[in-house]
Amino acid sequence: MPPGHPARTQDGRPWPGHRYFGRGPARWGRWHHGEPLRRAREDRLVGGVAAGLAARIGRDVTTVRIILVVAAVLSGGFVAAAYVVAWMLIPMEGAQGNIAGKAMTDRRGLALAAGYGSLLIIVRILISVLSIGWLSSFLWPIALVGAGLILIWRNADEDEQAMVQGLVRPFLGLTTRSRRAGLILRLTVAVILLAGGVAALQSAHENIALLQPLAGVALLISAIVVLLGPWWLRIARDLVVERQARVRAEERADIAARVHDSVLQTLALIQRRADQPQQVIALARAQERELRSWLFDGRPPGSIDGQAMTLAGGIRLIQQEVEAQHGVAVEAVTVGDCALDDDLAALLAAAREATVNAVKWSGATVVSLFAEVEPGEVSVFVRDRGKGFDPAAVPSDRKGLAESVRARMARRGGLASVRSAPGEGTEVSLTMPRAATTRSQA
Amino acid sequence: MTRPRVFIVDDHGLFRSGVRSELGDDVAVVGEADDVVPAIDRIAATLPDVVLLDVHLPGGGGQAVVTATKRSHPEVRFLALSASDAPEDVIAVIRAGARGYVTKTISGTELVDAVHRVAAGDAVFSPRLAGFVLDAFATEAPPGQQRPSLDPELDQLTMREREVLRLIARGYTYKEIARELFISIKTVETHVSSVLRKLQLSTRHQLARWATERRLA
Repeated sequence: MPPGHPARTQDGRPWPGHRYFGRGPARWGRWHHGEPLRRAREDRLVGGVAAGLAARIGRDVTTVRIILVVAAVLSGGFVAAAYVVAWMLIPMEGAQGNIAGKAMTDRRGLALAAGYGSLLIIVRILISVLSIGWLSSFLWPIALVGAGLILIWRNADEDEQAMVQGLVRPFLGLTTRSRRAGLILRLTVAVILLAGGVAALQSAHENIALLQPLAGVALLISAIVVLLGPWWLRIARDLVVERQARVRAEERADIAARVHDSVLQTLALIQRRADQPQQVIALARAQERELRSWLFDGRPPGSIDGQAMTLAGGIRLIQQEVEAQHGVAVEAVTVGDCALDDDLAALLAAAREATVNAVKWSGATVVSLFAEVEPGEVSVFVRDRGKGFDPAAVPSDRKGLAESVRARMARRGGLASVRSAPGEGTEVSLTMPRAATTRSQA
Repeated sequence: MTRPRVFIVDDHGLFRSGVRSELGDDVAVVGEADDVVPAIDRIAATLPDVVLLDVHLPGGGGQAVVTATKRSHPEVRFLALSASDAPEDVIAVIRAGARGYVTKTISGTELVDAVHRVAAGDAVFSPRLAGFVLDAFATEAPPGQQRPSLDPELDQLTMREREVLRLIARGYTYKEIARELFISIKTVETHVSSVLRKLQLSTRHQLARWATERRLA
């Protein structure tokens, strides 16, 4: 998942997490219906802890990363050590058990880690002899991080081992002959800069010049950049390339899914109904319209979901459904558009019923469906040139038009009228006043 | 009624022969073309009454044919035929000078009717085009992009024109509209032609934008 996108669960729902964030530690255990915290497998820079945390609390992963790095610097490295511990303790997404569990049985690894730790203690003694006190405060975190990384390297999955290897890659460069010269040069420059920087910092309190510590810091930073810069650049480039590839793959999968849901399904239906030309035509028409609105208007097929639905979208949906189900062409025209509220949803339901009625009973091959959104009201007209009927002669027990259309409209303060005569076709007019809420979008 | 001489421009051979057979004996098909350049040449050679013009052609939009022919032979009338529902396509061809627009799903008898109407110098609006026009003349341009109206008469529809368009959009024929509004069919045709003129000449933002998007300012 690229940074900047809201975190999502695996099935694509956005995490509701941020609502819980900040209500105190008592809530920690209850996040997201007890789903445990997991390290992210896909979107990770190091161990996937930040991405997992971000997904968990519903925050942007970049924000979490920046906070972690700042905290690591401000805490003198202890947050970095905590990160490594978390890396070992939190299982990866979809994995059974954590790294710490495996590390406990890895005797050689434990010995290595202990050896590394004791080496650092010697360094610490050396440092206190040289009285570079500020460095020793970083030592415990460095010891923890180092020992943790050793254990992780030895006990993680293969892909995680590759990740750790990537982290220490600049130092592994010494083992390949081709890179050695360049690396040694960079190392030399870095050491000189580093020494200069440390010396400048050391002599800072003896001089009055305020610029000197600044120069020292600048030298230190340039040492780091010289040593690690090329590697950072490569990592950044790799990340960008990888992200692009992932986006492309996602798009392809999305298109494949859409084509399957719509086009392939329709083709299958057409094969099965090859003996019913009317239905085949209707299916092809509906599919063509759907594909067109997806390709050219960017409207995903069949995805008129509650909140995004507008009146025009609803009319289009009625058209598609009726054409697909009844094999009669519906000529739909809309003028203007607005968001749906309950009143307008009722209007659409009545319009649908009237359209289905026309398709079923009129015998016409085309039904016209016209909707117009005006500032004060929305009107829908359903017209056919079919056989028509005498409205006065409809028996009172025939529910369709009376109940579904007229009563539905009346309940919401709308009007429905029917004009028909035998042989003249039928027109149903529906009018619904607009509530103040949808008027602002006219 | 005299048989109008019709020329068909469409890049699909199957569609051309389909239209030919649907038009039947009510019209005389005098020629066919499958792209912009041959269409311009052969229309100039045959001088038909009505050109049935596909909006989308491989060598450019259908409006290129209209523009080129109108320059030398303004008496040739165009009826746009399209599978596309996109307003900018339709508006572009209309503004280039087509007398009407129908979708390719139109029935044979309706198509013959439309050809006769265009041959007689009237305008033909499909329900969908009527909807577009109502939309384009109803919605105001967003603030800041509003141009001063050069000709208010051209930039607005009258109440009567609106009523006529609404009925077209509802699926009424000209005859039914005349009966509904208690006017003559001739008056309905006058209203529709007047709307067509406004559609071609108005500087309304919506229309201008659709036209510029198809490089037809």
